[in-house]
Amino acid sequence: MSDVTMEQPQVADRAPQPRSSLRQPRLPRWAPPAVAITAAAVGVAIGLGAGLSSRIQWGLIAALLFVLGMYGLAARVEGRRQAKDRLATSLVWVCFLIAVVPLLSLAWETVGRGSKVLDGSFLSHSMSGVLTIQPGGGVYHAIIGTLEQVGIATAIAAPVGLLTAIYLVEYGRGRLAKVVTFFVDVMTGVPSIVAGLFVLSFWILMLDFGYSGFAGSMALAILMMPVVVRSTEEMLKLVPNELREASLALGVPKWRTILKVVLPTAIGGIATGVTLAVARIAGETAPIVLLVFGSQVINNNPFDGAQSSLPYYIYEQWAAGNEASYDRAWAAALVLIAFVMILNLVARGIARWKAPKHGR
Amino acid sequence: MAKRIDVGGLNAYYGNHKAIEDISMTVEPRSVTAFIGPSGCGKSTFLRTLNRMHEVTPGGRVEGKVMLDDENLYGPGVDPVSVRRTVGMVFQRPNPFPTMSIYENVAAGIRLNGGRVRKADMDAIVEKSLKGANLWKEVKDRLNKPGAGLSGGQQQRLCIARAIAVEPQVLLMDEPCSALDPISTLAIEDLIGELKEQFTIVIVTHNMQQAARVSDRTAFFNLAGVGQPGKLVEIDDTARIFSNPSVQATEDYISGRFG
Ligand SMILES: Nc1ncnc2c1ncn2[C@@H]1O[C@H](COP(=O)(O)OP(=O)(O)O)[C@@H](O)[C@H]1O
Ligand SMILES: [Mg+2]
Repeated sequence: MSDVTMEQPQVADRAPQPRSSLRQPRLPRWAPPAVAITAAAVGVAIGLGAGLSSRIQWGLIAALLFVLGMYGLAARVEGRRQAKDRLATSLVWVCFLIAVVPLLSLAWETVGRGSKVLDGSFLSHSMSGVLTIQPGGGVYHAIIGTLEQVGIATAIAAPVGLLTAIYLVEYGRGRLAKVVTFFVDVMTGVPSIVAGLFVLSFWILMLDFGYSGFAGSMALAILMMPVVVRSTEEMLKLVPNELREASLALGVPKWRTILKVVLPTAIGGIATGVTLAVARIAGETAPIVLLVFGSQVINNNPFDGAQSSLPYYIYEQWAAGNEASYDRAWAAALVLIAFVMILNLVARGIARWKAPKHGR
Repeated sequence: MAKRIDVGGLNAYYGNHKAIEDISMTVEPRSVTAFIGPSGCGKSTFLRTLNRMHEVTPGGRVEGKVMLDDENLYGPGVDPVSVRRTVGMVFQRPNPFPTMSIYENVAAGIRLNGGRVRKADMDAIVEKSLKGANLWKEVKDRLNKPGAGLSGGQQQRLCIARAIAVEPQVLLMDEPCSALDPISTLAIEDLIGELKEQFTIVIVTHNMQQAARVSDRTAFFNLAGVGQPGKLVEIDDTARIFSNPSVQATEDYISGRFG
């Protein structure tokens, strides 16, 4: 047994002692990776041997072997409590991998295929006058569309959502607050196509406005608002009540307390929440198809006429179904992912910059 | 500028729960009054009725009157915001504003109220308040560092500086030392002794020795049982309360035979 025990504390007299009840044999540090490698090898062997064609099955077999192997080994060497700990740890690791592998492969695939036609000309040209079967053309009109539609949607949804959250957390008591919370919950569950249909029937069919980026923005705002409300609410609830009381006890009115103490304390989290909500709507396709209609040419005016947008462009290029349009679809997907990534980074930057300061 | 507080027939509720009942007492200006009593007897609740902070709690409600010199805090048309400017408060846990520097924390009471004060004047106010709170020497070289970076005792003195910067007439302190080590506690007790030259001070404490050391008068609160409202048992000169109280329950509590 002593060959698997390691890392014992360096006690001066290491002479044979009775085994302390406080010290138990531990698996060495390299045991988990070793088990993982073995499990992976065995998984591949079983997969090949049994002729399983799906790599995913290989992976799952290896994962199962890893979890069982760690549990068995720990149960033999370290005892039952440690074995349960190892079981939970290895399960968490496996779940982490299962979550991360598709994500990485997605990023890999998109970068690999998208970078083929992604260059300055792709970013600065529209599809005007380009046949879908031809290579060339670009995504500029879609970028303009996405920026404008998402920008307007944010300009509508962020203030409304922010104020709603402030009402719910700081003022809302009784019936009205419950009703508002209920509707926010309902709105969270509205599918994007339904939001699109709602604006379509209301704005385009009833009020007889034409297709426009703005119509799409309204649908996006409907989708964004509940997300902003929810995340802002959570952030405001995190602000300790003591700070509000400290401010009120100084004779500061409630509205100033909210504006000058509560919001600055929570602003990092709120900005992150808003940015994530923006990222979420930037990828919406359904309402755009219904309300913005799609376009091949640059239209800088979001209030008049059809526009394109990145998700719509991807959909359209993919539907065209030929080599050149596939390339463009992947490149546009890469642009969209980059856009969302940049937003996330900005949010993190703001959160770090604005975080309450603790240093000496 | 210190003012006399005169409380008459005061009840305070949390929703339907009556937390304190029929409290009447007088607090003299430029004196320190200590509140003692077992946990849950309503000391904090009563303290918070003295600057209308009680009604900040959802369901919080007050009956009765609190006279500040000759003005009833609960009279019609009284603005709780102005009351709180006159009657300052220091809380049990130090709560400096985490987004603000030491300087900004002290200036907060004035700045958050939208006061336009010249930089030089503000510097003077901040220095005076920090000196008043015995903190100036320790922080004068790092006024622009975050207030949250100070030690617990320093943070509490920062909160006291913040409270006295708006020049209140009464200062309420709810167990201001309970989260602090003995040395910081001593620093704050010394400070209380100095502050009473200018302010009327009311302090809640669980520490008998502290009450005996810092206060001129002591009020003992008690409650008949769980769920019953807390009541004022007696208020008297501190020396008398600790040597020869007129009520048996007070003596039991002070000598540790109870609570
Ligand atoms: N926020 C609150 N909501 C409801 N009841 C409360 C609240 N705070 C205190 N109470 C009740 O009021 C009574 C007095 O509490 P408190 O004033 O905090 O006592 P003390 O400060 O003397 O320990 C207690 O019974 C307590 O349960
Ligand atoms: Mg208390």
